[in-house]
Formats: sequence, C-alpha cells, structure tokens
Amino acid sequence: MLIGSEGTGEKRRREGDGAALPGAGEVRRAPDGRLTGPPSYGLPTSHPRGELVLHPPRELYRDLMSTMLRDGFEMVSDLCGVDYLAHPTRALPEGVRPERFEVVLSVVSLRHRRRVRVRVQVPDHDPTLPTLFDLYPGTDAMERETYDMFGIRFEGHPDLTRILMPEDWEGFPLRKDYSVGRVPVQFKEAPGPR
Amino acid sequence: MTTYDVQQSPRPAGPPPRSGRWESTALVAETSEGPQEMAERLRTRAEELHRQEGAVLRLPEGVAIDPSDIDVEVSEDETMIINMGPQHPSTHGVLRVMMELDGETVLRTKPVVGYLHTGMEKTGEELTYVQGATNVTRMDYLSPLHNELVFSLATEALLGVEIPPRATWIRMLMCELNRLSSHLMWMATNGMDLGATSMMIYGFREREVVLSFFEKVTGLRMNHNYIRPGGVAADLPDGWEDDVSAICEMIPPRLHEYDELFTGQPIFRERTEGVGQMSQETAIALSATGPILRASGVPWDLRRTMPYLYYDQVAFDVVVGTYGDTFDRYAVRLNEMRESVKIIRQILDRMPTGDYRVQDKKVTPPPRGRIDQSMEALIHHFKIFTEGFRVPEGEVYVAVESPRGELGCYLVSDGSPKPYRLHIRGPSFVNLQSLPVMLKGGLVADAVAVISSVDPVMGEVDR
Repeated sequence: MLIGSEGTGEKRRREGDGAALPGAGEVRRAPDGRLTGPPSYGLPTSHPRGELVLHPPRELYRDLMSTMLRDGFEMVSDLCGVDYLAHPTRALPEGVRPERFEVVLSVVSLRHRRRVRVRVQVPDHDPTLPTLFDLYPGTDAMERETYDMFGIRFEGHPDLTRILMPEDWEGFPLRKDYSVGRVPVQFKEAPGPR
Repeated sequence: MTTYDVQQSPRPAGPPPRSGRWESTALVAETSEGPQEMAERLRTRAEELHRQEGAVLRLPEGVAIDPSDIDVEVSEDETMIINMGPQHPSTHGVLRVMMELDGETVLRTKPVVGYLHTGMEKTGEELTYVQGATNVTRMDYLSPLHNELVFSLATEALLGVEIPPRATWIRMLMCELNRLSSHLMWMATNGMDLGATSMMIYGFREREVVLSFFEKVTGLRMNHNYIRPGGVAADLPDGWEDDVSAICEMIPPRLHEYDELFTGQPIFRERTEGVGQMSQETAIALSATGPILRASGVPWDLRRTMPYLYYDQVAFDVVVGTYGDTFDRYAVRLNEMRESVKIIRQILDRMPTGDYRVQDKKVTPPPRGRIDQSMEALIHHFKIFTEGFRVPEGEVYVAVESPRGELGCYLVSDGSPKPYRLHIRGPSFVNLQSLPVMLKGGLVADAVAVISSVDPVMGEVDR
C-alpha cells in the first residue's frame, strides 16, 4: 500500500512489498545470539550516540515496518510527531529531503534486545502517512495523539479522532505556528487582562 | 457502583449509516467529545468495532477485515452503552470508560481520555532545561523521580556529560524508593477498589514513611525537582543510611502482612484470578510495558534488558507472571517491591563518596558560598538560572523502567537553551489500550478490578 506518492514531488523509489527491500532479513548475529547490527534495509541512516536511526522515504514507510515486524521487531514503543517549522536546518543523512513534519518511531525487538528509531519526513502540503494500526495495534493511541497535536492524518486508521483535546478544538497545539497563550504580567496599576 | 449515567440508544430508523462518523443522540449531544466516544454498533466501522471488542488486529498481508463482518448475533435492543467516569472513585483520576453491556457482560470497551490534558509537552518547549525537570515531574505524580530521571538522562545524553558515580547511585536509590512508594500506593487503591479498605490505610501508612524520607532529602513529598540535568539537587542528608535501613527493615514484614491479607484470601482470589486475562502476544502487540507485560509472562524489564544507571551492577530478579490476569499483575507488583528492597540494600552498601553533581561549569551553578565572594560566580549563577545552558543540536530517545512501564523521553534540541521538542512516552497512556482486551467478556463488576490492575495515572496519560 503506497500512499501519498502523487503530488509530493518526490520520485517514487521502489515499488512492491517489503521483501523487495534490499537487505531485508539480513539480520546479523554475534556468537552469543544477539543481533549485532540490525539491517539498514538500504535506507539512509544516522547514528547519534550509538543509536541506529533509519530514514525511510514516506513511500517505503509501511513496507519497512512490515519487514521489521517480520524480522523480529515486535513492538512500536513510541510514535510521536515533530514540527520542524522553526528549525529547518537540522542534520539529516544524505538523500533525505527535509520536510516540515517528522514522525518518529521507537521500534523495539524484545528477542534481540534492540531499539531502532525510524524518522519519516512528512510534507506540510500533504500531512498524511499510512497507519500502522493493523501491523502494530499498539500505535492506535499514539497515532491519534500525533493527529491531535500535529494534524498528521494516518490513512486507514479506524478511529482517527482527537484524543487529548476536545473534539471541537481548532488548530493543532504542538505545531510551531500555534502560539502559546499568555497572561500579561501584572504591574501595579496596570490594566488587567480584560 | 452508583454514578453511571445509563444511556440507552434508540434504534435508528431506516438503513443505518456506515460512514463511521458519530451522530449525536440526545443524551450526549452536549459533550465536546462526540466522535471520541463509543458509538452504537451499527454506526461503528468494522476495524474500530473489532478494536473495541478487544481484538488485536495483526492480520497477515493481503487480508482485510470484511466490513460486513459485524456481529449480528448481538441485538441492539438487548445491549446498552454505559459510561463510567470521568468522575468515579475507581477510575484513579479522570479516566472515562465507555462499555457496551449485554446484561452484566462487557461486550466492548473504549477508554476516553484527555480530561487532565494541560499541554505539558508544549509548556516544556517554553522552559529551559534547568526548569524542565520541574515541568515533567508533574506528569506521573506517583513516580515523579522517574520523570525527572528520564528528562535528565535525555538532556545529559545531548550534552554529552558524564555524571559522577555518587550522583548515579543516589538517583538509583531514590528511584527504587519511588518504585516502592508508587507500588504501595497501587496496593492501597487496588485494595480499596476490591473492598479491602484496611489495605487503603496500610498502603498509605507505609508510603508515608517513604515520602517523609523524600521530604528530608528533597524538601518536598512529591514533585521534587531533585534529579536535574547534571546530577541531583543536593547531597543526601546526614543520617540517611539510618532512614533507608529503617525503611528496608520495615517494608518486608509489612509485605508479608499484605501477602497474608490478600494472597491466600479466597474473596480476593475469586475476584482476581482469571479476570482480565491477556496473552503474551497481545500484550506485545499492544505495546504494553511494565508489570502488565511481565504479568503476561514476558521477562522484559528495561533495568535488566537495556540497563541504564548502574542497574547492571546490582543483583535483582525480574518478576514474571504466568496467566496475565489481574492476580498476576498484583503478584508481580508485590514481588517487585521485594526486589526493590533488595536493590536498595545493595545501594546502601555500595554508595560511594564524591560529587553529587557534575563539576562542569556550563551545567552546574557555582556553590552558594562562592556567590558571596565572587562577582563572576554571581553572574554565572544568574546566567544559568535566567538564560539556562545551551544544549548541542541533536535528538535522543531515552527510556527508563518506571513503576508503570517504559517511560520514554524524546528530546530534540536546536542548540538553544530550551528543548525544541519534548515528548514523553507515558506508560499509562499506552497501557490503557489494553483495557478492551482485558475487559472483553468479563462482568461489569470486574471492570473496577481490571482498571485498577492497569494502574493508570491520569496525569501521565493526559500530560
């Protein structure tokens, strides 16, 4: 299922299911049975402080996740959004075009005791991603939270409603162009807030 | 259970809309949660219905749910949707659970959260790293020290500073004591929910001893702001060994008393055994962590599997259940307290001398005595507390094992003294997703026991 490949201006790199991804299933093991270096699946990677971060293009996001599930990454422990509107110059590996939003996942393999981070770029003009709900049902609430806070829609999510804010709330609070409310500092004899 | 408002939906006339959108019925039209609530069976999409019925949707590729596969056996006339909370003594805060019942059997469940949302992640972007710990400590108010720990660890990872050994041991000591106080609180409220009111008093009594120690060390009973980026706020006071030893002496016999009060008690066992069961695969698929995951039989404890601080240097057991029912979740927590006491005893023996915070002048304010003598120290102190320190650009995810599960912090820095993005992965928020699975097919009277066994802290769920 490839979603959002039209109109993004990005060339769709590869089609097909996850098995077509290079490096799929190439799980290398140390003599003690632990995973030494999880496969990068041929994707751009970065290694801040020894962690492994994968940067899949949006078109390959779902394929990557279903491959990772098959390779023993059973749990998505965290999924959150970041709005890089005010910080567009962040460091990204070569081949990744920065977009306004990023969805960041922390994927855990219990049997290999590994944690891999996945960062997907989501453009401002089309803030959508395919849902992981059927692969990782635990992302249900986290995707709803990311939708609630950033307005990133997860296509195929069965119940994409706001979760923390009231349903009739306007705007997406954690976006950088959503201002923080302020109460003016009260000095003596200054006019009050109302 | 008296405070539910019963909401019986009228049968819709004509062919039911399958749009999945919620359409208002008279009784709930005034609330602003509309589509977040549980809708009638005929107005719910197939995937959502399956989810609320406790199915874990990990379908093989190429297989989709048949939209017409709605259970028609259940007649709308015989079921009703009831609403528990958000103001209910057994929901541990402002949790609202909507349940569809057939008689007394729970057919499907949907937790509705957000009543305590205060935008703490947004607030975190407006506060400096020095102030940040004050903010995050209020999230999970029953284990504030773990919140501070995970925020401090994330900040330190970005800063790249080494924390002195004594500070790390102090952090471990405080966090394990906090695990004790949090589990004691859980024992108390769980007992209360099941009608064992004496447990409420016992649990609070013991917790108070731990909290008095916290007050002695940090100055506050809760929301300590004690663990900060760079170390801890103050060294342990004189005579702390005696206080901690007293706690270690006091807790195990009391745990034995709880054991006698609960474990062998037929009423308690009847109410918890086999209630709210969840299998290993389901728990993993739903990203459940902490005692819930371990009760299902998965030996996953971040202290052991991905050690942080010095947890790889102390001996303790990871407590694991077998059946994944409410009783196992109780037993796991009870025995985890014993393990915590074991860890605290080892920390007592091994506490080194040395600095309690890093001697990196960029991060640590000068000592109070120097401020009176040196103008530069005064300026330095002033700068750290007004402007804060700058943290190098980057992003990091740090996870610790809080009493409720994996507490994670995703921190993005743009090089300024304030976090560009602060995200807290609250274990209660994620664990609440398991409720539909646990409650499915059970009795409504067991719902209270099951909700209690998840141990949600709403401050952390809603943040």
